[in-house]
Amino acid sequence: MVDTSGPESERQAIKPEPVDETRRRFLLTSTSVLGGIGALCALTPFVASWMPSAKAEASGAPVEVDLSKMEPGQQVTVEWRGKPVWIIRRTKDMLRHLNDANARLRDPDSFVAQQPEYAKNRYRSIKPDYLVLVGICTHLGCSPKYKPYEKEMGPDWPGGFYCPCHGSSFDLAGRVFKDVPAPINLEVPPYRFVGEHVIIIGEDESASDKGR
Amino acid sequence: MSRFVMCLLLILMCSLPALANVTLLPVRIEVRDRAALQRGAKFFMNYCSGCHSLKYLRYNRMAKDLGLTTDDGKVDKELLVSNLIFTRASMRDPIEISMPAVDARQWFGRVPPDLSLTARERGPAWLYTYLKSFYKDTKRPFGTNNLLMPDVAMPNVLAPLIGEVMAVEKTSRSVSSPQSPLDLVLVTPGEMSAPRFDSALQDLVTFLVYTAEPVKLVRFRIGVFVLLFLGLWLLVAYLLKKLYWQKLP
Amino acid sequence: MNVLLNWIDARFPLLSTWKSHAAEYYVPKNLNFYYVFGILAFVVLVLQLLTGLWLTMFYTPTVTGAFSSIEYIMRDVSYGWLIRYVHTTGASAFFIVLYLHMFRGLLYGSYQKPRELVWLLGMLLFILLMAEAFFGYLLPWGQMSYWGAQVITSLFGAIPYVGDSLVTWLRGDFHVGSATLQRFFALHVIGIPLLLVVLVYLHVVALHKVGSNNPQGIDIHEHLDDAGKPLDGIPFHPYYTVKDFVAVLVFLMGFFAVVFFIPDMGGYFLEFSNFAPADPLVTPDHISPLWYMTPFYAMLRVVPDKLFGVIVMGGGIVTLLFMPWLDKSPVRSMHYKGVFSKYALAFFIISFFTLGYLGTVDITPIRQLVARICTVVYFSYFILMPFYSRYEAHQTPSSRIS
Repeated sequence: MVDTSGPESERQAIKPEPVDETRRRFLLTSTSVLGGIGALCALTPFVASWMPSAKAEASGAPVEVDLSKMEPGQQVTVEWRGKPVWIIRRTKDMLRHLNDANARLRDPDSFVAQQPEYAKNRYRSIKPDYLVLVGICTHLGCSPKYKPYEKEMGPDWPGGFYCPCHGSSFDLAGRVFKDVPAPINLEVPPYRFVGEHVIIIGEDESASDKGR
Repeated sequence: MSRFVMCLLLILMCSLPALANVTLLPVRIEVRDRAALQRGAKFFMNYCSGCHSLKYLRYNRMAKDLGLTTDDGKVDKELLVSNLIFTRASMRDPIEISMPAVDARQWFGRVPPDLSLTARERGPAWLYTYLKSFYKDTKRPFGTNNLLMPDVAMPNVLAPLIGEVMAVEKTSRSVSSPQSPLDLVLVTPGEMSAPRFDSALQDLVTFLVYTAEPVKLVRFRIGVFVLLFLGLWLLVAYLLKKLYWQKLP
Repeated sequence: MNVLLNWIDARFPLLSTWKSHAAEYYVPKNLNFYYVFGILAFVVLVLQLLTGLWLTMFYTPTVTGAFSSIEYIMRDVSYGWLIRYVHTTGASAFFIVLYLHMFRGLLYGSYQKPRELVWLLGMLLFILLMAEAFFGYLLPWGQMSYWGAQVITSLFGAIPYVGDSLVTWLRGDFHVGSATLQRFFALHVIGIPLLLVVLVYLHVVALHKVGSNNPQGIDIHEHLDDAGKPLDGIPFHPYYTVKDFVAVLVFLMGFFAVVFFIPDMGGYFLEFSNFAPADPLVTPDHISPLWYMTPFYAMLRVVPDKLFGVIVMGGGIVTLLFMPWLDKSPVRSMHYKGVFSKYALAFFIISFFTLGYLGTVDITPIRQLVARICTVVYFSYFILMPFYSRYEAHQTPSSRIS
């Protein structure tokens, strides 16, 4: 604090200095501390307002999908939280050859956390028949194409997904190949089965309805 | 002199006129009465939600505020859906009507207005009086009219509850009186007694006051904390000021 | 910390600015409660800028989306309701504070030489703020928003020859519509706030050049000590920083009491009919502008002629600009002015409040008469001032503050 300078003639010293100084420091500290608390509290509404609003939560609500009409090998795409989510009904053949090309994959055992616990297995899904993936390339965000047929993308192509933007490719469990720009496997969203052929994308097995 | 001016301001501010052609009936609203809110919500959904939307209110927000929750604070979906959702809406949707606008215009001449904010626009007393002002009028397309809003397009949905109400001329009225020249008389009672009807309306209006401003439930509480904090801070700051000003140069 | 400060100070006039405008800026030692409103106005400005900025993140400036976006803010956005209520309360608080700030000026002759420019800049700020409030009020697109804008833009139609074209040009359409909403949005969010900030800066710079006035109207720079500091002055920091801080806290308590307990202030801060979306086909039963514009609105209504009514209303604001030249009194402060000035100011204030009240209610013959009388009283304060202020018997202030 800058102390004042003024003429002696008008000054009146009233109290002894040391008491004043301690009290002054105490009051200044308390004012500042309260000010800090006040500032944090004042900041709260502004920061909180950036959280997804009830409207965003509503449009980001879980999506129910009926899989009963799906053919083996078919891909269905639904929108969840503004993103494309694929459901692939894998054929028996696909499942049998799924792990043949593991040597060519960057993360064949899904060590990187791109899937919920219940999808951290050989099939990267709850039921082997149905693969659920977020259809966004982990390189820079384009949506890859479904290329399920062997040799469709060249002599070594085992079937999977190919991203046209920069050439990344993923296998039929969404796992990324080596030597492509994308660094990690495709994301598996939270989902759960209700009944044999109906899934809810956006909810885990353990959750009941998350009302706001 | 400036103190005199301040007093004058206060006096002026207190003298607010409230011109109305029909005297509004007073109604007690306690918006924190959860039971009343629940009854009002149920009443609204049963009698009003066929035509009137509450499009700025979401079902799940209403459920949470009204206490329709499970033990862990999440919305009790079954309770909500079975009691309060009569359309195909999901829990997170706003409360809309299923009546197509085209049909509404054909039947009523206009789409029934959304009621989310009506309690703030007109006030609870107006809403309460309005619902109590319907009477039988064979000249109108739906057979009813309303003292507060003459020739209103809305039919008297609550007629089965209150019974048959007729309007009669007041026996003695001064010509210069701004009040309506008509009185309402209950001719045939309906399913509810008059006091029960009034109570149901009070619940409904309480609910509508809530829908107009859901945050009313929490802002008082937060305000108390804010003022207590500011008061404490003020005390400290004042002591600091006195300390500095004791020794003016 | 000192190292950092010195580094900055070698490249930016940090310490010298601090000295000349705070630690060694000398201010009269007798400043009273009325001197707090300038700082409070600044606090409200900051609050409005902050909450306004945040509201813009969630508001939709289109005819179809505007009203719903306000309810979205009030219900769906976390704490959106609080940000909105601070902004609406802030608008009214701004005018309460400003009217009191201006009243201080009238009371103590703060507009007199050498502070005429401070006064003029302040008046410009006042006019800009009214425009800012007017533009902002259209944004919720409620019934009162729409019809208020319709009425006020129509006022310009009173101007002969160019009136109608001017109104259409202002609106950007044949009625208040999408074009109007979007340009008012741009002006309210960016255009005028920038001007306000710049003008506030200039206003304070102009003030600091000549120093503050005080309740006795005495010039403290006439008596200096050996070091060249005013004998009746004290440095702004720490004395007035600490005192103003207390005032700010008192203000914030009242402010937040309103925000949390009675944000619509019985319909004065948030008008009831604005909770209905704009309907171009139906005018509300009762139109009035927000309370802070009602004194001038009442003046508009007392004159049965459209053009003359606008002139009188505008005159009510513009005459204030001339205060430095209308007041011929040799003393600044009401403490020392004569009985005529005192009564004139008292009547002026009473008429201002009465006009304000009358602007909120419907016209009746009695009210119209009262409004007319008040308008005459209001203008008499200014028109007669050159005479009564010069010729009245007044006291002579001492040259030192007592």
